[in-house]
Amino acid sequence: MKKILEIKNLVKSFKDKEIHKDISFDLKAGETIGLLGPSGTGKSVLLRSIIGLEEIDQGEIYFHGKRIDLLTEEELYPIRTKISYAFQNGALFDSDTVFENVAYPLFEHTKLSEKEIELKVVESLKIVNLENSLELMPSDLSGGMQKRVGLARAMVLDPEILLYDEPTAGLDPSNIETVVEVIRKFKAKGISGIFVTHDIPTAKKICDRILILKSGKIAFNGSVEEFENSTDTYVQTFLSGQ
Amino acid sequence: MTFNSIKNDMKVIGEIIILFKDTVRCLFSRPFYLGRLWEQIVHLGIESLSITIVIGVVTGLVMTLQFGYGLEKFGGTLYVPAIVSLSIMRELAPIFTSLLIAGRIGSGISAEIGAMNVTQQIDAIRALGTNPLRVLVVPRLVASMISLPLLATLSAFMGILGGLVIAYVEFNIPAGFYLNKVLSTITISDVFGAMFKCAFFGIIISILACYRGFKTREGTRGVGSSAKWVVVRASIVILISDFFLSKLLILMFD
Repeated sequence: MKKILEIKNLVKSFKDKEIHKDISFDLKAGETIGLLGPSGTGKSVLLRSIIGLEEIDQGEIYFHGKRIDLLTEEELYPIRTKISYAFQNGALFDSDTVFENVAYPLFEHTKLSEKEIELKVVESLKIVNLENSLELMPSDLSGGMQKRVGLARAMVLDPEILLYDEPTAGLDPSNIETVVEVIRKFKAKGISGIFVTHDIPTAKKICDRILILKSGKIAFNGSVEEFENSTDTYVQTFLSGQ
Repeated sequence: MTFNSIKNDMKVIGEIIILFKDTVRCLFSRPFYLGRLWEQIVHLGIESLSITIVIGVVTGLVMTLQFGYGLEKFGGTLYVPAIVSLSIMRELAPIFTSLLIAGRIGSGISAEIGAMNVTQQIDAIRALGTNPLRVLVVPRLVASMISLPLLATLSAFMGILGGLVIAYVEFNIPAGFYLNKVLSTITISDVFGAMFKCAFFGIIISILACYRGFKTREGTRGVGSSAKWVVVRASIVILISDFFLSKLLILMFD
């Protein structure tokens, strides 16, 4: 499979605290990577760094072979329509309806008519089972529903890569299952993904490959089978700790 | 005042200038958000109409009363229309309206953008491939520059009308005489000068409010302190810059 995203020797610090010391990995077309690790190891920071929401200190990030970590904020905007980000809490625009939230990227980046946008929004909301919530405000939705609207908004432009920041955190089992189904549908559409989570059973269901962060470095990088059968002490400790 | 606090203040001023420069750059390139601009004009301007009218009328009433009784002692009651209208048009309406808007709208803008910041909505705007300056700052800046001069002009007009009522009721100054004096005293440069000052104050209020909104941290407490920061800073900058703008306008037109 073709590599669509490559991270090379990424280093990131906040003031004196070094979050990432040397991170290198790649993402192949159609693949979903599960990014695991204890809290505070910089999983979300890594996702934010990939799309330039955080500036990295050193290293290189390539998208389809083109270096993107040196691009300016304005130059990154078109890239962000291809690499989408689903925020942990949804980060919905709280003064806009569900329809306006999901339609926002379409109004910004396409020349579709209002009717076409409406159809596209309904289609996206159908995938997350919220097609009847068009006129609701984010405050009318539960946490799980907000995450699903956030997912619908993140995928409405048909991105190539979707970065999921803990989409199942804080959800009940039924909502987790719904989100898992949504991500499976995205995979079926050919969207690659990086899935940050603490939820190992869900990661094993969705992901093709597992990465584990430890002390700013990648402690494990392998398939789900390799992950399950790993004899590495840290992976074992990590698995048993869950 | 320590060296560090001066250094921090200089950094803040520098960041505000950079924000303004980047916003101006966005002003002259696509995309334009006309819908959002209209929303802000309604919010900043139209929804501030009633309070502006009240402040204008009350200012006119009080000023006429004070000048009237003050000048009556020296037989100068007939100078009331000229003094009241000139002071309202040149200073009181622009300053009172701008301070009102700094309190009402400046704090609102910073609280709104601050709340968006702490709930990652600003990050979401960026992650969705759009520029928060275009989406949030430009409409507020332009709306402030349009609304504030118009509100101040309305306020001045209402103040002069309020003055007319008190001049007639308290000091028996005929309405025709009052209006003639007003029209012969106030020149078009006074009106445009006041509007120019208010457009400048509009920039100050919106840029300070947006800047502080973007810098808001520490959750809801941060949102509250940002709102307070904007009202205090914007009021001080408006009052200080008013002196220099007034001097500049006097040099240019008087």
